[in-house]
Amino acid sequence: MNFTEHIPILVIALPLFAAFLTPLMGKISRKAPRYFATAVFVIVAFLVVLLANMVYSRGTEPIIYTLGSQNDTIFRIVLEIDAFSIFMALIMAIVSLAVSIYSWAFVDKYSGQDKFYTLLLLVAVGSYGMVLTGDMFNLFVFFEISSIALCGLVAFRTERGESFEAAFKYMAYSTISGLLLLFAVGIFYSQYGVLNIAKIAEGVGSGPFNELNKIALGLLVTVFALKAGSVPFHMTTPDAYSEAPGGVAALYVAASQAGLYALFRTCFTIYRPVITTETIGWVVIILGVLSMFVGVTMALVQKDIKRLMAYHAISQTGYMLLGVGVGIAVLGNPAALDAYGKMAMEGGIFHIINHAMYKGLLFLTAAAIFYRVGTRNLNEMRGLAHTMKFTTIFFMIGALSIAGIPPMNGFSSKLMIYESVYQFSPILSAIAMLVSVLTLASFVKVFYSAFMGPKNEKVDAKEVPMSMLVGMAILTGVIIVFSLFPGLVVDTIIKPAVEALLHGWPIAGGM
Amino acid sequence: MIGNAPYIVVGFIIFLGLYTAIFKRNLIKIVMGITLVESGVNLFLITLGYRTGGGAPIFTQATNMHMVLPTPQALTLTSIVIGVATTALMLSFIVMIYKHYKSIDAKDVRRLKG
Repeated sequence: MNFTEHIPILVIALPLFAAFLTPLMGKISRKAPRYFATAVFVIVAFLVVLLANMVYSRGTEPIIYTLGSQNDTIFRIVLEIDAFSIFMALIMAIVSLAVSIYSWAFVDKYSGQDKFYTLLLLVAVGSYGMVLTGDMFNLFVFFEISSIALCGLVAFRTERGESFEAAFKYMAYSTISGLLLLFAVGIFYSQYGVLNIAKIAEGVGSGPFNELNKIALGLLVTVFALKAGSVPFHMTTPDAYSEAPGGVAALYVAASQAGLYALFRTCFTIYRPVITTETIGWVVIILGVLSMFVGVTMALVQKDIKRLMAYHAISQTGYMLLGVGVGIAVLGNPAALDAYGKMAMEGGIFHIINHAMYKGLLFLTAAAIFYRVGTRNLNEMRGLAHTMKFTTIFFMIGALSIAGIPPMNGFSSKLMIYESVYQFSPILSAIAMLVSVLTLASFVKVFYSAFMGPKNEKVDAKEVPMSMLVGMAILTGVIIVFSLFPGLVVDTIIKPAVEALLHGWPIAGGM
Repeated sequence: MIGNAPYIVVGFIIFLGLYTAIFKRNLIKIVMGITLVESGVNLFLITLGYRTGGGAPIFTQATNMHMVLPTPQALTLTSIVIGVATTALMLSFIVMIYKHYKSIDAKDVRRLKG
């Protein structure tokens, strides 16, 4: 029995079992669940890094892990892991670790900490499952696990009616979208008799692009754009982000990016052979441009700091959709794909990890402010820089990064998107730059009203506890490394991810 | 010979559910609409696996090898279990919303906006 062979399933199974052990840990002592859950997140992060090492050493050939016997891989439950899957798993590993440490102090005053950590682990299970699975039905199951656990976390503060309102809205949308996903899975099953993604892709590629597959594509794009919080489906996103307690909003960012993963997987792996026209690419691009523009203009008028950041999260999702959308649009045109399509995809995918880091950090600083000041209204806070020095520095790093100011990592990915999208359509690039400027304006406003000005004597806004600082410092450290060595990051993890997306999945294989 | 009748029923149930979920203001009715969509999707899966005159897919006790497909039934079972969880969670949210807002009308439950 070789241990390394079973890492793929351990990444999912370990947090799943740990999630249901956490309430038992709560019987030992009040603080046991938090240390237990964090230890599990550390082990899982370690496993993900080991797995990443294995994936990158194999080139574009994905690892296929089959549960049970290694025969008949097509009909069994399989995990299929390529460089793009592991890229998303790395994001989840970093963010979930930071959030779980951050939450030690943040949820200390609440009862039910064991349940909080159970749900935190389940969100991680759902996201890891969504990005590692090679099976359409399991994608649905993990989609539901992640959505249900996130709803539970959004409703965690039971003393507020608003948290239930937000949780109910999010739940209704995610349940209906999950059912539409299942309907699309049924459409695939009816035609090809399999649930394996690689086998479905072969079936889709072998025949003409029929009506059933068009319906399934429409459903899947809608469902995953909803999970990612893109614009026409963004109605619940700001509510859920702003009501999610503390660090959960940062985890929500990473979990919603699993939706982006599934969207790109659908377009590239399943529908790759039939996407020869620009139509689908333009649909994704238009979703992206709408998200960018509507998100940022709605953010400008917000007074609630977390709602403002939630609208920025929608706006930044637009960049990823724009970058990768250009890649989808030129799929049928190899010359354009090599000239700028790959670079646009690299920019979009690089932006995914940058966004998870800086937006996660910004949500954590917003929660830190809420923890000390007790309000999310920007008009009621001022002068926090006098006392919350570290939080101020973390916020500045996050804000400079999201606005795309040159040395930061947000600039690197945005520059890649601007340059490549300009060759596709100059107007799209101009819109992207305009949105970036508006983002900067919005964060200057937040910085000025929350941190600048005379000290507010009415509130005791001392620095937040150590665990919250450590949580923020983890994400800040990643941002600084990415800012200093963008070329290295692109070569190591981004380029293999793009190559893996373009390469597609083989039907069967082994470790 | 049943032809396309099950698919028409599936489409009808799903659209009825979506209509209820979108246009009704009572939160309980919204949950009922979502449950209808779920039933429609489950029925769709079952219909996919149906073979006219097929027996239960139990190989060891089969009288003939003409059977319905087992996979969609397994999928439906999983989907039903997930559906129970989501419905229960949504109904419990409604109970808590009623405690805080004293109403389950969607018109009143809208403190979050902007």
